[in-house]
Parts: sequence; structure tokens; C-alpha cells
Amino acid sequence: MRRSEFARYWYTPFGLVCLDLCLARYAVADDATVAVPAAADTSSEFVSMLFVFLLASFIGIGVIRRVSRLLHTPLMSLTNAISAISVVGAILLAGGEHYPTSVRVMGAIALFASMTNIISGFLITDRMLKMFKTRDGGKA
Amino acid sequence: MNLLVQLAYLLGTALFVLSLHWMSDPKTARRGVFAGAIAMLVAILATWGEPDITRHLWIIIPIIPATVLGVWLSQVPLTAVPQRTALSHAFGGLAAGLVGTAKFFYWHSEPGTPHLTPFITFAILAEVILGFLTVTGSLIAAAKLQEVKWIPQRPWVYRGQNFVNLAALLLAVGLGLLLMWFPGGAWAPVLFLMVVFLALNFGWMLVMPIGGADMPTVISILNSYAGLAAVAMGFVLNNKLLITAGALDGSSGLILSIIMCKAMNRSFTNVLFGAFGQVQSTAVAGDQKIAKSETIEGAAQIMEQAGLVVIVPGYGMAVAQAQHRVRELYDQLTKRGVDVRFAIHPVAGRMPGHMNVLLAEAEIPYDKLMEMDEINPDLPQADVVLVIGANDVVNPAARTDESSPIYGMPIIDADKARSCFCIKRSMNPGFAGIENALYFADRTYMLFGDAKQVVGELVKQLSGQGGH
Repeated sequence: MRRSEFARYWYTPFGLVCLDLCLARYAVADDATVAVPAAADTSSEFVSMLFVFLLASFIGIGVIRRVSRLLHTPLMSLTNAISAISVVGAILLAGGEHYPTSVRVMGAIALFASMTNIISGFLITDRMLKMFKTRDGGKA
Repeated sequence: MNLLVQLAYLLGTALFVLSLHWMSDPKTARRGVFAGAIAMLVAILATWGEPDITRHLWIIIPIIPATVLGVWLSQVPLTAVPQRTALSHAFGGLAAGLVGTAKFFYWHSEPGTPHLTPFITFAILAEVILGFLTVTGSLIAAAKLQEVKWIPQRPWVYRGQNFVNLAALLLAVGLGLLLMWFPGGAWAPVLFLMVVFLALNFGWMLVMPIGGADMPTVISILNSYAGLAAVAMGFVLNNKLLITAGALDGSSGLILSIIMCKAMNRSFTNVLFGAFGQVQSTAVAGDQKIAKSETIEGAAQIMEQAGLVVIVPGYGMAVAQAQHRVRELYDQLTKRGVDVRFAIHPVAGRMPGHMNVLLAEAEIPYDKLMEMDEINPDLPQADVVLVIGANDVVNPAARTDESSPIYGMPIIDADKARSCFCIKRSMNPGFAGIENALYFADRTYMLFGDAKQVVGELVKQLSGQGGH
């Protein structure tokens, strides 16, 4: 890998990690002091989340544009599995200590749906990618 | 939310980005899947490990049927991958919508808490609207792709349809604005349910008028919506991993749909509101147009002596499950020193990249699969172009006939090759209902029959001749 290529490939994830580290510290400090953030705090939180969203979208566009056209079907099933990250929200609702049963049931259904996506998404992506081979039979 | 969980989410974010980065090359792509799966595992375990999570049975019980269904869904035949993808978009939307709904009702039932700020309410509404419209939209898309009988393949349109759709959307947005101002009102739950109801209806109404040929675009857009719903959930739960992962999915869907739209020379709005494929089948002056047909023997002979054969696969190949026969044909021709390449149009098939996966399944080396822009300059040198189940993507009317509905769409220049064979079951126009000028060109010969059977006979002919 040439040097310039290296820079191009790695600066985006690295930058995101740095940024998120700062934001994570910030969020942690916030949570430790106030259990229920006041309205003013939530709006500054909101802006910091907008920052993350904006940067992640740019990174996403940058990374996805380089994905080989050969792999657009596996790409879609992979991002599908990745977006099933909503499993995090589902776990919080289904397993949370103090939620009423109605909330818990909705959480459990959401958990079922996103877990199905995670398992089928990663498995089928890998299954498809295994099939891409070069002429000499080299595995993809 | 402690530091350890945050750091785990951070690791997850980095791995997700790397995972997509590794998808840039088939050589590293499997590593990408692995990275993504690890990231997901880290995120799940970190969340599960939070001190607030105590009802473990409520988590374990949904995981068991999800595992069974997930494994089953991952084993579908590759022709059914578009349906599976649409179905999983529906699942993703459902998860986001349900979490948003549950959060809203929970927070609303806690009087005097400042949880439902206008910001949060806005985020919940975005999550719920995007989530639920993805559910019904994707279910309809999946049903159309599965060719379920009670869902018409052709666009389903009526007068004033766009007006009704837009009105539903505007009503949902209006109710949403009302909710943002008075999130704690006693009638807020009723308004909220109305928004959910409208979103569910908007989803199916949006996809019903879209024809099967536009499915690659629709699937990409729904992919994007499912991702954005996850982003909105991240805003609601103040969780940055959800935002980053959702944004990655959202941008992927966006880029894929832009590629699909460009490949059809159409705009987003035109795909969503244009109801493609309803006005065609304009009367054709049939008498002077005669398509020539060719025998299998003749075609085999010409291909055998060719220097370069370009195969253009389309959805018809997938329907006939002909990819393994195509592989045998590829072997027979390559054995004779013929250079065989495949020309893949971006919208061939029912989802982005569909043809590549089918041909890879048949163990055709991926360096033989060429993109349209790559292969078009070589086509005038091609001795034979073999069109298998593709139609609109090789129709020269897109270049020449300004009155054609597909005018301006980039196509594979099959008509520029020295000769062209088209495998087709009959002379019926294709999915979009457009007459194909290629079939009547001087150098085009039709091979009538089922794709799998015709290619099989070509192989038999070639191997038979190889025997003596």
C-alpha cells in the first residue's frame, strides 16, 4: 500500500475514533453529575449528536463510494445487519429494571426483529462473499 | 452509562467503519463481515452488561426464535436474496418503530419529567415515521419481488395518487408538529397513534405504484430509511453508536439509490412518483419489423470461432436459474481459447449487484465480470454478444429514439458487436413493456426458448463437436 493510499484509507476511521473519544468523555461526565439532564443540557447533547451524525454520514459516503460494484448485494446485506444495531435500544427496553410489561413486550419484539437481521445479515453476506473467486480458484 | 460501555461502543463504531472499508475489495471483504460481527457482539454484550439490565429472560427468549429464523433466512437461494433483503428492511424498521413507540408511551406516562422535550419528540417522531413506513413499504416490495399473486407486478396506479400520498405524509408531519409543541398533552397518545397509522399507510402506498423493474432503486431507498430510523433512535436514546451505525447504513442506501437512478437516467422523484411502465406499449408498426432467428447449431458454430464473446445477463437468467449452464458455456468456450467476458449493467436483476452474486455462485471468476463503462469500448471488437434474459439494458432505443420512455438511459452497446444472439422465450416485450429495437437489428439473431434449456443445448453442441 502506498503512503498516500494509507493516509486516505486510515484517516477517516482514526479521526472518528478521536472525535468519539472526546464526545464519549463529555457524555460520561454529564451523566455522572445529573441523572435526568435538564432541557438546556439535552439541547447541547443534541448538537453534539448532530456532529456525530454529520461526520459519520460523510465517512459513510466516503467509505461506501469505494466499495466495489461487484459487491453491492453483499454490501446491502452487510449494512442491513449493521443497522440492526437498534438491538441496543431493544435490549435496554426488554431487559431494563423498571419498565412496565407493555414496554418490555414491545422491546422483546424489537429485539427479535433486529436479532433476526443480525444473524441472517452477517451469515448471508459471508455466504455470498465466499463465492467470489478469481480464475486460479483463489478465495475472495 | 459507564465509561466501559462507552468505550465498547467506540470500538464498535471503529470496527463498523473498518468493516465497510474492507468491502472495497473482494479479497478483504470477508474480513469486513468478521469485523462487523465482532462489533455487533461487542455492542450487544456491553449493553447487556449494563447494571440496569436485570431481566435477562426477556432478552434470551426473543433471541432463540430470532436465531432459528435468522439462520433459515440466510440459507435462501441466491435468486431470492432481493426478497430477503426487503424483508429484513421491514424487520429493521419494525424494531426502530417499536422502540420509539414504547419510549414515547413510557415517557408520556411519567408525569412531570422533562424527557419529552421538543428535540426528543422530534427524534421519536422521525424514528417512528421512518421505521413504520419502512415496514409496510418493504413488505410490499418483498411481496412484489417474491411475485406473490395478490400483489400486482405492474405498477398500481389511480388518479390523484400522488396527491393522496402527499396528503397522508403532510398530515403525519402536521400531527407531528402539534405533538412537538404539546408532547405532554392528555391526547398526545392519540395523536401519536394517528402518526403511526399514517406512516404505516404511507409506506405501502408509496411502493404499490412502483413497478418491478424499479425495485433496485426502491430497495436501496428503503435501506436508507431503515438506517435513518436507527439514527433517529440514537438521538432518542442519546446513543452515539446507534447514530454512527445508522448513518453508515443510511449513506450506503443513499449512494446505491443514486447509482441506480443514474443507471436508469431517472431522478428520485421520478422513481417514487413517476409510476414507470404504465404508459408504454405504444402501438408498433409491426409489418416491416422482422426478427431473425437462428438455430442452436449455427450459434454454437459462430461462437466457437469467435475471438471475444461478451455475455449480457439479466433477470431472465436468474428466473430460469441458468447461471450454472452459463458457467458450462463459459468453460467450453474458454477451453477453445475464446475470450469470454460478462457485461453487467448496474440495474440488471432485482437489486444492486444481483447478477454478480449469481455468477459468482456459478464459480465464474469475478475478474471476468465487467461493469458497463468498462466493457462498452470493447464491444465493437466483440465477435458475439449473447444476451441472456436481459432486455431494456441492451435496448438501443435508449440512445436513438427520443420518444422512448427509456431514452437517455445508459445501455450496454450490444448492437455494436459483429453479431448478437438474444435468448428469449417469446417476442413479448419485457418488464417495462417497451419494444426492444435490438431484436430487429441486422446483426441480431434470436434464440427462442427457456434460457437454461437454450444455453444447455449450446453447451451440448459445443462439447459434442469437441469430441471428434
